[in-house]
Amino acid sequence: MALIRNGKLVDDIHIDARTLDPVPVDQPVIVSLLQWQAHRDTLLAGKQSLGIRLQSDQPPALLGADLRHFAVVALEFPKFRDGRAYTHARMLRERLGFRGELRAVGDVLQEQLNYMQRCGFDTFEISTADPLAAWQAIENDHTVWYQATGDGRPRALELRRQQAR
Amino acid sequence: MYRYDEFDHTLVAERVAVFRRQVERRLTGDITEDQFKPLRLPNGLYLQLHAYMLRINVPYGCLSSRQLRKLAFIARRFDRGFGHFTTRQNIQFNWIRLDEAPDILAELADVEMNTMQSSGNCVRNITADQFAGRARDEIEDPRPWCELIRQWSILHPEFGYLPRKFKIAVTGAASDRAAVKFHDVGLYLRRNAEGVIGFEVIVGGGQGRTPYVGLTIREWLAKEDLFSYLEAILRIYNLGGRRDNPNKARIKIQVNALGIDEFRRLVEEEWAEIKASPLLNVDPAEVARITAYFAPPAWEDLPEETVALDRLRKAQPAFDAWYRANVVGHRTPGYAIVNLSLKSPGIAPGDLTAEQMDRVADLADRFSLGELRVSHRQNLVFTDVRQKELHELWTELARISLATANIGTLTDIVACPGLDFCSLANARAIPVAQDISRHFSDAATLQDIGELTINISGCMNACGHHHVGHIGILGVEKKGQEFYQLTLGGSSAEDAALGERLGRAISADEVPAAIEALVARYKSLRSGDERFLDTWRRVGIEPFQDAVYGEGVTPRREVA
Repeated sequence: MALIRNGKLVDDIHIDARTLDPVPVDQPVIVSLLQWQAHRDTLLAGKQSLGIRLQSDQPPALLGADLRHFAVVALEFPKFRDGRAYTHARMLRERLGFRGELRAVGDVLQEQLNYMQRCGFDTFEISTADPLAAWQAIENDHTVWYQATGDGRPRALELRRQQAR
Repeated sequence: MYRYDEFDHTLVAERVAVFRRQVERRLTGDITEDQFKPLRLPNGLYLQLHAYMLRINVPYGCLSSRQLRKLAFIARRFDRGFGHFTTRQNIQFNWIRLDEAPDILAELADVEMNTMQSSGNCVRNITADQFAGRARDEIEDPRPWCELIRQWSILHPEFGYLPRKFKIAVTGAASDRAAVKFHDVGLYLRRNAEGVIGFEVIVGGGQGRTPYVGLTIREWLAKEDLFSYLEAILRIYNLGGRRDNPNKARIKIQVNALGIDEFRRLVEEEWAEIKASPLLNVDPAEVARITAYFAPPAWEDLPEETVALDRLRKAQPAFDAWYRANVVGHRTPGYAIVNLSLKSPGIAPGDLTAEQMDRVADLADRFSLGELRVSHRQNLVFTDVRQKELHELWTELARISLATANIGTLTDIVACPGLDFCSLANARAIPVAQDISRHFSDAATLQDIGELTINISGCMNACGHHHVGHIGILGVEKKGQEFYQLTLGGSSAEDAALGERLGRAISADEVPAAIEALVARYKSLRSGDERFLDTWRRVGIEPFQDAVYGEGVTPRREVA
């Protein structure tokens, strides 16, 4: 499926290996937590680019030091109204120091992309005919935010201060 | 009161533009009603029985006369000439057309109002003591903190899709007029042992199907830790609150399942991680900027008018009744706080017509520095009335049916819209309130009964807060008929308590007689000037059960 990353349409080089058995070890894959726990050493020996897809009830902290092995962490929204992955994304970026690709997958609505981006997601799997158009429709929706997150955007109060200077 | 600067204006304008585009997509059929629902709810737009309903935030109950005139305009231009004030200190319009909703939002933005997060599973309008900044029993004005929390919560990207809605209330007074213990998070401004003002933090209160009195999670929190502590609570809730059943998804269920000690441990553990984060600092300059908007007005140096008022009260019993019931002491000599009752006989509690709104706006300009408040008991408040003008104001208010002398009495009824409007309701609430208020319309009788709150909800969701009424009335539906369940002994004040079910449900036409019987029993049992609630607490349920269900007391009808 086409992905939007940093505002551009990109191809997904990783294959979704969740239903594959055995898990391929010679190409980039995204695996489930269960697969990772079962095949960790084999996957690491393969030296391919690795991604992991976490359900909304699987906190990224579960990965512990293994987090460094992943180029991609995909957090799933089983329903758009399940907001746990927003917190998980911030934990990954702001506490666990994850700098790889943070991908939103599942029931991802166009109207949620701004919040997701603010929480640290940089890549979105959007199931519409034209994902790029979906992104472009909302990317400039909001220029003022009251609260700070790890994305480094200034808060309204910083904007006020700059103006006062 | 707080005024938007260019950044607040931009934020709201951008939001209106987004909503306008979303409504267009719905109107052209680009998206279905199901897809539109998550877009309209966070903008306060509900689909009700007959039309769309729009809920407009009145931040912590503060309104200017200019804003009220705009609400009057909206009532006339876009609705049927009236609005309904809610228990969240907000106002709702019940007859909204979808294609006009974005225009209403734009009109509101002109007067620094919005509908953001007045619905949806997010942090809702922050509520406060309606006498904030004016009450005699207050250690600090809670409104600057409400505004800080409002800004922190609006469009918070992490907490837009919580398990369920999230309500926060703040008070700085000894008397709790904000139902703080019935909120997801409640904040009491308190001094610690060193005399420093911070917050006592309450968590897990709420009403609905499973009511709980909130519990203290932290005895005292320093002001500078407010955002980090709130964020820690919201985070633990966002991750751990139930998402499998909307009826069990509020934080109160999580707190009570884990136990307050374990919930506190989780919050404090998370808090330790983020407490020092620069992302969550409470910036002293920003606190000062916002606090300045709530600085006390330039009150005149006026004498107390006790003698003149006594003379007027003796001469006019109607004025005396109003003064006793609706006028409250002000922190400044020569001034008074005045409650405007939206509960005159026969009116739906909390309703105000466009004409009344315009007149109230004029009166606020003339008598109360151009500002007013909405209380969570669905009344309005003028906060800065010169005592020497009380009689004149009373005369003016009486002309527009807003001088009913019943604040805190049995006809000061809180009621949800019920089956007349709401798609969730099982029974009507408004006609029941109207029946009671017609039944007890005599000011002297009400005064003799004293403080007695009645709350009516049209269903289990308890929007009329029946659990905390001294007398609560819950509408239930049995075999297609409406019946009413009575609960006694609830309180949303500092002596917070949940009401106890009195007995089997009764029909709508039996309600006024049942209330009459409860009141008569109270009057025969009370000692001295004991309130209904205190008599109830002293004597227990049996005498009141006997009053309503005893042999030959009221006409009875068996409920199948």
